[in-house]
Amino acid sequence: MKVLVSFKRVADPDNANKVKVAPDGSRVLAEGLEAKPNPFDDYAIEAALRLTENGKSGERLGEIVVVSIGPKEAAQTIRQALAMGAERGILVLADDEQLDAWVVARTLRVLVERERPDLVLLGKATVDGESGAVGGILAEMLGWPMSTLTCRIETRDGGKTFTVARELDTGVATLHLEGPAVVTVSDRILAPTAVRNGVTPDDFAYPQSDTGRYASLKGIMAAKKKPIEETSLQALGVDATPTCRYERFALPPARSGQVRFVESAAELVQRLRTEAKVL
Amino acid sequence: MTDVLVVAELLDGKVRKTTMSAIAFARVVAEATGGAYDVLIAGDDATAAAADVDGYGARTRLACQVPGGYVCEKIAATVARVARERGHGVVVATASAFGKDLIPRVAAKLGAAVASDVLAVEADGGRLRYRRAMFAGNVFAWCVPTTPVHAVSVRQTEFEAAAPSGGTSPLHTVEPEPDPAAARVRFVSLEAARRERPELTEADIVVSGGRSLKSAEAFRTVLEPLADVLGAAVGASRAAVDAGYVPNDLQVGQTGKVVAPKLYVAVGISGAIQHLAGMKGSKTIVAINKDREAPIAQVADYFWVADLFTAVPQLTEEIRKIRSQS
Ligand SMILES: Cc1cc2nc3c(=O)[nH]c(=O)nc-3n(C[C@H](O)[C@H](O)[C@H](O)COP(=O)(O)OP(=O)(O)OC[C@H]3O[C@@H](n4cnc5c(N)ncnc54)[C@H](O)[C@@H]3O)c2cc1C
Ligand SMILES: Nc1ncnc2c1ncn2[C@@H]1O[C@H](COP(=O)(O)O)[C@@H](O)[C@H]1O
Repeated sequence: MKVLVSFKRVADPDNANKVKVAPDGSRVLAEGLEAKPNPFDDYAIEAALRLTENGKSGERLGEIVVVSIGPKEAAQTIRQALAMGAERGILVLADDEQLDAWVVARTLRVLVERERPDLVLLGKATVDGESGAVGGILAEMLGWPMSTLTCRIETRDGGKTFTVARELDTGVATLHLEGPAVVTVSDRILAPTAVRNGVTPDDFAYPQSDTGRYASLKGIMAAKKKPIEETSLQALGVDATPTCRYERFALPPARSGQVRFVESAAELVQRLRTEAKVL
Repeated sequence: MTDVLVVAELLDGKVRKTTMSAIAFARVVAEATGGAYDVLIAGDDATAAAADVDGYGARTRLACQVPGGYVCEKIAATVARVARERGHGVVVATASAFGKDLIPRVAAKLGAAVASDVLAVEADGGRLRYRRAMFAGNVFAWCVPTTPVHAVSVRQTEFEAAAPSGGTSPLHTVEPEPDPAAARVRFVSLEAARRERPELTEADIVVSGGRSLKSAEAFRTVLEPLADVLGAAVGASRAAVDAGYVPNDLQVGQTGKVVAPKLYVAVGISGAIQHLAGMKGSKTIVAINKDREAPIAQVADYFWVADLFTAVPQLTEEIRKIRSQS
């Protein structure tokens, strides 16, 4: 089975509250923050690895191609995915500023048509732009079925069909997809038995974790020899016109007021009644 | 003049309340631009469900029977055709799991820009501008689509549910538009979450618990009694959901639900950025945490430094007392 995974680098999500805005509101300043993989893309890589390996023996059974669209430094992010176990990378050079969901989807479409994967795995959203739109736009461009907000994936035929579960506000929906398909993943795809490929023994459970796997030293060494193809929007013939213009950015208003420490249930209730007037 | 197509969300053969936020958005746009809005109800029992959106000021209600459970591919083509035929400038749904799934696919069919999880819309000389949150709610951004049609999802907590405005909106039936992609996806089942409690996104009070509760049992015996006396919805941090203490759909935060109740009580929740993203719009925030330095203090109005296993039962008892007096 061949899986294409898209991977974006974002400003350190755990320090998103340190992001600033230029005084004239023209852009977001995240320069001081370390570049990290978009967490949901990290989960997508982990899901792709689980789909294409025997989890028990560690044997690789398929191929993962990792695509990142962005500046030259994005190569490091691809390298991390290769160190986790992915086979090959493609870096599409572009200015982060010129990207919106449409430009990213158009780019992925060209690569999907060239690479012909059985499955495209994406994060359900980037944690910087938070648009969550690439997967749906891409699926429609390709005319493929899709599953968004996916918390379980199972294939029993090497990636020809997929049974997936989607996290809804009101429960969990199960769908059956005939591949090739586009799937976007949520946090829960990391659950120990959320990904099943019919080869990894069904009683095998991955360790509980809230991130994708860490690269081993061996993985890091091996990644140095794995190929990363470098191309660009232009070379791929992608229409780089964004569909949205961001006119202005601003920091949200801070919550007013100071935290007040209370000493007892009685004091808390009294303050909630008389000060906050919410009880 | 911009006409808006609202896509209703259905659940159990009824229009979900989330839809009323998309209608509220449509009213803002219609008023600002002198346009009108239509509501499309597509799915199982759409014609019957259409009654739920009568009296909300729509120019028309459009019902499309699509049997067999919601799958995006079964309705996206119909939404796009209706918007194209009737010249809608904006297609909108509420950014629940439904809207997040549907809107990008519809956008792709219409060549429309996507504005996701919109917090506010401003009309400036007939041109629409959308305010959205980025970076886990730490930046606001104003987005102006450059495409003729816009596909929008709106945050439920920012668009107060539209109230009925009276009158009646004529009901038309529309035929479903076939889509080859739909033949490759089959709805298998829906495991619906059934709860006695108010819906998280609609509750006036939310009581949320974190990893520190340590078990599903503690959610039931420690947290739920507090929620019960308050008539509150129960929420949770991702750590509590990942540990299996409560189901997915109770998660509050960047990946979970965004809530903005009158009162939010965070019990044993540290206040990670991703959690704050889902609740910092609450009017009053109470934290119960044994660590005075926990980051939840950045947004809390009241902070009780205490062990939750003793504090929460005391608080429950205290509220029960005042409730029985009044
Ligand atoms: C991409 C991504 C998305 C995420 N999305 C979300 C999301 O939507 N929602 C979310 O919540 N998180 C989300 N997270 C996870 C988030 O970063 C935190 O890991 C999580 O919120 C921590 O949960 P917690 O506060 O329950 O646990 P912890 O951080 O472990 O905090 C436990 C707290 O309980 C206190 N405590 C312990 N024992 C007691 C006691 N007996 N009495 C009182 N207090 C006690 C401790 O002092 C501590 O503050 C996301 C993370 C990532 C990377
Ligand atoms: N610049 C990018 N390079 C590679 N993948 C991307 C990029 N931007 C978005 N994606 C993918 O699209 C998903 C959804 O992104 P978005 O719709 O922008 O929130 C992400 O989780 C990524 O998998």
